[in-house]
Amino acid sequence: MIATIRALAYLIASILFILSLRGLSNQETAQRGNRMGVIGMLIAVVITALALLVPVDFAAIPTPEWSLVGVLGGALAVGCLIGAVLAARVAMTSMPELVAMLHSFVGAAAVIVGVATYLQPADAYEAGRSAHLVEIYVGVLVGAVTFSGSIIAFGKLRGMIGSRPLLLPGRHIINLIVLTACVTLAYVFVHAEVPWPDAGAGLFDAGMPALLIMTGLALLLGIHMVMAIGGGDMPVVVSLLNSYSGWAAAAAGFMLSNDLLIVTGALVGSSGAILSYIMCKAMNRSIWNVMLGGFGAEAGAKPAPGAAPAGKVTETNVNEVADWLLAARHVVIVPGYGMAVAQAQHAVKDISSLLIEKGVTCRYAIHPVAGRLPGHMNVLLAEANVSYDIVKEMDEINPEMPETEVVMVIGANDIVNPSAETDTSSPIYGMPVLQVWKAGKVVMLKRGMSAGYAGVDNPLVYNDNTAMLFGDARSSVQKLLAALRERSA
Amino acid sequence: MKVGIPKEIYPHECRVAATPDTVEKMVKLGLEVIVEAGAGDASTFADAAYIEAGARIVDSNAVFAEADIVLKVRQPMARAGGAHEADLLKAGSILISFIWPAQNKPLVDRLAARKINVFAMDAVPRITRAQKLDALSAMANIAGYRAVVEAAHHFGRFFSGQVTAAGRVKPAQVLVLGAGVAGLAAIAAAKGLGAVVKAFDTRPVVREQVESLGAQFIEFKFDEAGEGAGGYAKQMSDAYLAAEQALIAKHAAASDIIISTALIPGKPAPVLITPGAVTAMAQGSVIVDMAAEQGGNCPLTERDKVVEKSGVTLVGLTDLPSRMARQSSELYATTVLNLLKEMYTAEKGLVIDLKDEVQRGAVILKDGELLWPAPAPAAPPKPAPGPAPKAAAGNHGAAAAPAKKSGSANIVAALAAILLGAAAIFGPPEFIQHLTVFLLACVVGWHVIWNVTPALHTPLMSVTNAISGIIVIGGMLALYSSGPGALILGGIAVLIAAINVAGGFLVTQRMLKMFRK
Repeated sequence: MIATIRALAYLIASILFILSLRGLSNQETAQRGNRMGVIGMLIAVVITALALLVPVDFAAIPTPEWSLVGVLGGALAVGCLIGAVLAARVAMTSMPELVAMLHSFVGAAAVIVGVATYLQPADAYEAGRSAHLVEIYVGVLVGAVTFSGSIIAFGKLRGMIGSRPLLLPGRHIINLIVLTACVTLAYVFVHAEVPWPDAGAGLFDAGMPALLIMTGLALLLGIHMVMAIGGGDMPVVVSLLNSYSGWAAAAAGFMLSNDLLIVTGALVGSSGAILSYIMCKAMNRSIWNVMLGGFGAEAGAKPAPGAAPAGKVTETNVNEVADWLLAARHVVIVPGYGMAVAQAQHAVKDISSLLIEKGVTCRYAIHPVAGRLPGHMNVLLAEANVSYDIVKEMDEINPEMPETEVVMVIGANDIVNPSAETDTSSPIYGMPVLQVWKAGKVVMLKRGMSAGYAGVDNPLVYNDNTAMLFGDARSSVQKLLAALRERSA
Repeated sequence: MKVGIPKEIYPHECRVAATPDTVEKMVKLGLEVIVEAGAGDASTFADAAYIEAGARIVDSNAVFAEADIVLKVRQPMARAGGAHEADLLKAGSILISFIWPAQNKPLVDRLAARKINVFAMDAVPRITRAQKLDALSAMANIAGYRAVVEAAHHFGRFFSGQVTAAGRVKPAQVLVLGAGVAGLAAIAAAKGLGAVVKAFDTRPVVREQVESLGAQFIEFKFDEAGEGAGGYAKQMSDAYLAAEQALIAKHAAASDIIISTALIPGKPAPVLITPGAVTAMAQGSVIVDMAAEQGGNCPLTERDKVVEKSGVTLVGLTDLPSRMARQSSELYATTVLNLLKEMYTAEKGLVIDLKDEVQRGAVILKDGELLWPAPAPAAPPKPAPGPAPKAAAGNHGAAAAPAKKSGSANIVAALAAILLGAAAIFGPPEFIQHLTVFLLACVVGWHVIWNVTPALHTPLMSVTNAISGIIVIGGMLALYSSGPGALILGGIAVLIAAINVAGGFLVTQRMLKMFRK
């Protein structure tokens, strides 16, 4: 009876999760999608708890083990509380770190669930013992890689670990050796003498050492893999880890014979994989190139000796920029990571509102990989109350660049680099970029003349129609806003 | 290296391929320039000015005999009662000029026999980088302007509307056929004189350009799109042409002046203005048929002549740019110089690089070998997608996008098949059941995500993150299994998974609330 109810509830929860992801694909339905996810999760948790607490046949009045109920309820309550506080406190600019950290939790949970499952009595699984052991093994492996990889990604995004890729000599060989070791240990693990601890077995029985050693290796593998990826590729890595966290959940579903976990894990896993694929396509690179390439290192190490297109840089000031903006009919604002770092989105929004009020067509152009998280810029602009109708994607806005009088680039560099289209030797050659140089005038707000995250020099700054406005993005934007207000008062 | 500038011999051709200004630039590049005596006379550039710029004046035979590079406007042709210019060129030399290879096959063969390297200004590819050497556009711009001036000359009235003490003057109604460079220039010139301008073009994409110049765009709906490769118009079916003629006849009757510019590359000009349409026009109207050289857009047009048919003046002049010789020489000379600079630099001398897109497009003959036509240029850039096609793309996105990846999809399918096979042989039935569920869910996830707008990537990621917190169930199950280790481990798993669930959903909610229209 309760088993049937549970199965039905799981089915409903699965459908709710699918509808939730579906809803998230569109602005109008996104909030509803999120609510569906919440409801699905509530159903899943409540029904699972009931199924565990209520005896199968209703024969006797349930006598729950209060210690278990206490641990379960306590853990849930404390966890939700911590999560709620984190969610409420996080600044929109640190969203990437939060997401990376949450991924690590899923990884850690998968490892723990795997180990705990191994400690269970085996009666229920006697039939497919080997298969079950493999499931546990894979679940722990994926979980451990997700966990340590996410921690490193968190560190890189937070700035606690340098964003430059760490490239050990022979790093592919190292990865290969570690993977081979994991496979070997899997054999040892499955064929361990007393593979299934019976009632009296201790923690370090039979297969357990192999499992724990593998966990250690997998943790190192996760660290090494993410360390080797440059800061500019973090959007891809974060969404890849998102995918891993899904696979980890699915693996846990296999080991626990729980269809809801399998379905949900697979949904998250495949959606994360597609998101990574979309990201890679936006940078015109393959997923392997991102994972193995150590991109950004080669370029950063040698800042193009001799080939540096030294040229004259035109500097400007806020008064001039204000005049240009007010005289223009079409203005495009290109925000980049610099805007996020300087928290300048609110002042930028005020500028665009003022321009629109003055009859200037002002829009935002978002590059697919601007920022450190897919869609990062959109979130920041949304936080600043910018209407998403005027926030355009690269493919929408590029054809309109030639008709645009002024483009204002705020703290972005690689995504507006013309060498991506012209210079075959450039490491970012072939990456689609915002063609701001086709506009009448480009104003670049930049702290200094340093190269972007990819470490590539940007010939855009030497163009005749490019003017540089040096300084911290926030103070520059605020001064510009003041100048605009003065003129339009 | 010597550059030769001959005097043009085509009747009424007043242009010249180099001005004192461009000669000076060539000299600076390290080139020696020889100019035929009187080459610039017709375009008001005196020999003395060329000498001052650093050129040497030579006679008409020496300019061909000595030069390694010859710059011309018109293609080589036979002199009146004398040798053919193609035969005068030094064997192995370079010729840069208009060639029109499709129409002048015998000339190309003749040049090939003399092993000449020929670059045609009319074959320069229409790409962004090559705009500064686009001689056709430069000439078309002048021709379009001049066409309006010619029309005004033959038109006995004002262009602009005026209210005077002596009575009210209605503005002239100008119809421009074909909104290419010449057509747009004509629109701008006619508008500048104060006329009411309408423009017709088969390519709907030019509507915006027409409207940006203040003219009204005449829309023509038919099931064929008119834009061919490289931004030029293409040839259409008979039914299409008939419908087009009918529409133009209707508008022609209400027009005082028609400037027709419709050309199809390498083909006779399409007949757009039928004799019937001409008859229907008011007495004193003017038609300037800029396509006269290719047969004309009106069959009544006579090439190189101004004729009157049923009260309508038909201007069939083909030398419109030449009628503004100084200006057109300046612009043409600059485009020629820019092409020369693509091949010649002071440091490296002359390097012909056929891997270069511009040179590859412009080259007709290399050492006598025919290299024209160059491989087709890419399709013209698509205009900003309107709302309708975008909506359609949205509907098909889910199906189309995975199809594109069919290569890797096949690999995935093959791997899945192998895994399923292996599982069927070795695995317990329960495992296979789980695997089925797993694969189905993967497919569902794959399809659900394809339509996500990039703006929502971050919320999507945080919601999937929250959902992957479903592993809390795993923790709960582990917690309820016996054993002291399981209790602790399960408790920890539930705790951190719960952080994930709550954090993920709440932060998504917070983000989504900010998105507003």
